Amino acid sequence: MLGKLSFSAIPLDVPILVGTFLGVAVIGLAVLGAVTYYGKWGYLWRDWLTTVDHKRLAVMYIILAIVMLFRGFADAIMMRTQLALAYNGNPGYLPPHHYDQVFSAHGTIMIFFMAMAFMTGLMNLVVPLQIGARDVAFPFLNSLSFYMTLVGALLINISLFIGEFAQCGWLVYPPLSEMQFSPGVGVDYYIWAVQISGVGTLLTGVNFFTTIVKMRAPGMGWMQMPVFTWTAFCTTVLIMVSFPVLTVTLALLSLDRYLGMHFFTNDAGGNVMLYLSMIWTWGHPEVYILVIPAFGVFSEVTATFSQKPLFGYKTMVYATCSIMVLSFVVWVHHFFTMGAGANVNTFFGIMTMIIAVPTGVKIFNWLFTMYKGRVEFTAPMYWTLGFMITFSIGGMTGVMMAMPAADWILHNSLFLIAHFHNVIIGGVYFGYIAGMGFWFPKAFGFKLNEAWGKRAFWCWFVGFYLAFVPLYILGLEGMTRRMNHYDNPDWYPWMLVAEAGAIVIACGIVCQLTQLYVSIRDRNLPENLDLTGDPWNGRTLEWSISSPPPAYNFAVIPDIHGLDTFHTEKQLGLKAHGKPLAPIHMPKNTSAGVFIGLFSFILGFASVWYIWWLAAIGLIGIVATMILRSANRDVDYYVPVSEIEHNEEVYSRRIAAAQAAE
Amino acid sequence: MAQAHTAHDSSHGSYSAYLIGFVLAVILTVASFAAVMAHVLPPSMTLAALTFLAVVQIVVHLVFFLHLNTSSEQSWNLMCFIFAAASVIVIIGGTIFIMHDTAINMMSR
Repeated sequence: MLGKLSFSAIPLDVPILVGTFLGVAVIGLAVLGAVTYYGKWGYLWRDWLTTVDHKRLAVMYIILAIVMLFRGFADAIMMRTQLALAYNGNPGYLPPHHYDQVFSAHGTIMIFFMAMAFMTGLMNLVVPLQIGARDVAFPFLNSLSFYMTLVGALLINISLFIGEFAQCGWLVYPPLSEMQFSPGVGVDYYIWAVQISGVGTLLTGVNFFTTIVKMRAPGMGWMQMPVFTWTAFCTTVLIMVSFPVLTVTLALLSLDRYLGMHFFTNDAGGNVMLYLSMIWTWGHPEVYILVIPAFGVFSEVTATFSQKPLFGYKTMVYATCSIMVLSFVVWVHHFFTMGAGANVNTFFGIMTMIIAVPTGVKIFNWLFTMYKGRVEFTAPMYWTLGFMITFSIGGMTGVMMAMPAADWILHNSLFLIAHFHNVIIGGVYFGYIAGMGFWFPKAFGFKLNEAWGKRAFWCWFVGFYLAFVPLYILGLEGMTRRMNHYDNPDWYPWMLVAEAGAIVIACGIVCQLTQLYVSIRDRNLPENLDLTGDPWNGRTLEWSISSPPPAYNFAVIPDIHGLDTFHTEKQLGLKAHGKPLAPIHMPKNTSAGVFIGLFSFILGFASVWYIWWLAAIGLIGIVATMILRSANRDVDYYVPVSEIEHNEEVYSRRIAAAQAAE
Repeated sequence: MAQAHTAHDSSHGSYSAYLIGFVLAVILTVASFAAVMAHVLPPSMTLAALTFLAVVQIVVHLVFFLHLNTSSEQSWNLMCFIFAAASVIVIIGGTIFIMHDTAINMMSR
């Protein structure tokens, strides 16, 4: 009846998990209680959970990303603490079974549910505004994508309290992830969480690709697109090509596990190395899916805060496109040691080195943008400068490991761990936080606190080097990754330094939370309010409308005459458009995404535990909701001109108030 | 969205185009069967011939039945198709290159 699920699946014998569960339960109940107490369920349901508005979905994505950041970081600091203790006969406090789940969950959560969710959130918020569109091409699919991502995140976190998580690393390499060596439900949780969220990501890719291709404002040719939109475009292309590969790879692994097939087993003709090749065919583009939009953020931030047009717009676009193409022909560098011959390793080694060239072009473009600019050192600019230094170092250690000969020594050592955290924290995370600070006033109408933002930056920046430079050294000293305990006295002091670094990063996260709290508390102070919709003297279209924008974004779709049209018109003092207002065609909110998400969750959870009748209910529910949604013809409405006029009037009064205040 | 609903007058092909496509498809299919059943070529050549005929068959279907051509309204479809083909070549071709080289190098086959 309940498949593999029984009361013994609940890990009551692990005090850390019981404590975590109590903490999550208390916070969860507090949130639910607060929503009930203030009577906000209707508001939450109507205005947020069922929304198809890209701006609100963006906010929900980023909240999910921040919650997942806490979870992922909790795993990280647990690992560092274990390795700071587990030395010279001391077993530490995490037994291998638990420790292995922690490092697997850390990687999975940080990539799939922190970074991907954050990236999708930023794209959702910014892309339609930058191209002068009123929503994305498929607003309902956008809501569905969010719920797919959310369900994946829920499944992975439920594995904390019911059953277990995978113990074979964040990419669950076979043969360890096969039934023979992982008979538990951990790998199944991984498979279903990643597969379901993968559907969401693929839909996002299609959605934003279509949006950018079809819905740009009149006059906006390809070479008039803002750089962030260009990077989002390249990312969607990468998503559309690479995510199907991930889906197929994990589907084959689940056939092995569920139906006893032999794609990746040791025996019966299976090929373990094929899994590595396939997973990294997705995995390498994936890291560029994450970092390319971050490059877009840095381009916008640098140009805006240097008060100059971006240096070398065209080279920036070409560099982004080159990275997009090259990222598909480098994947073997993740497994140079698997035993391919010199031909394969040489080809992929050289390609990996070549990809550093367009990236270097970008770094110089940002430097030249700042050169002779009037640089304003705001918090987003701090993150950008920190990125340029950190990412350059990470890029250089990457080129080191691109040499197959060197990689044979560094493979799977802590040097590798230091390298990819160097590029992912220094590139991706710094970029997303810069973007969050930059576009926060657009989403909410008030600025984030600068002082706390800078404190957060310094903690992250210093903490990063404290935590990861020791790992470079340890890697060169021969310490491998995923080690539970060790007895080499030379390693011990470095592990203590790394632990200190993790604690400094924890202070950075506390600063970021404080920043959010202080900013919300002081949101009505005049220096924090964004009345004009253009708090930074911005260059692109999103700054031409009020903050937060109305649901339809643009009362009148702007005409584009070149790059940074909005900024040019602002300089010339042109007041836009005498175009007449017309009723605006908009999509209605829908609960179909919520229900498909709910049934997907049921399907995933039931399949993890082999509860097949429940899985059938989940599947039928998904299909039935889809059919019902397709049969619904009442999916759109028109915003009347009177409402648009009213909003425009309020906005011009706010601009007048802001000018009077100056 | 109003902008997304721009109308397209895509061509659905003429009667003669469908007929030419049908005849070509039949010829290619018969040729494939003949290559296997008549044993006129050695096995390795047969395989090569089949591969060639299959690729031509795909092109015939695309051009005559799916109306893929170089006209401007088809340019996105064409571009997507070329892109998809290139990606498949990179992904599948690359995987075969890697796995074959590994198998030879590790003497596992």
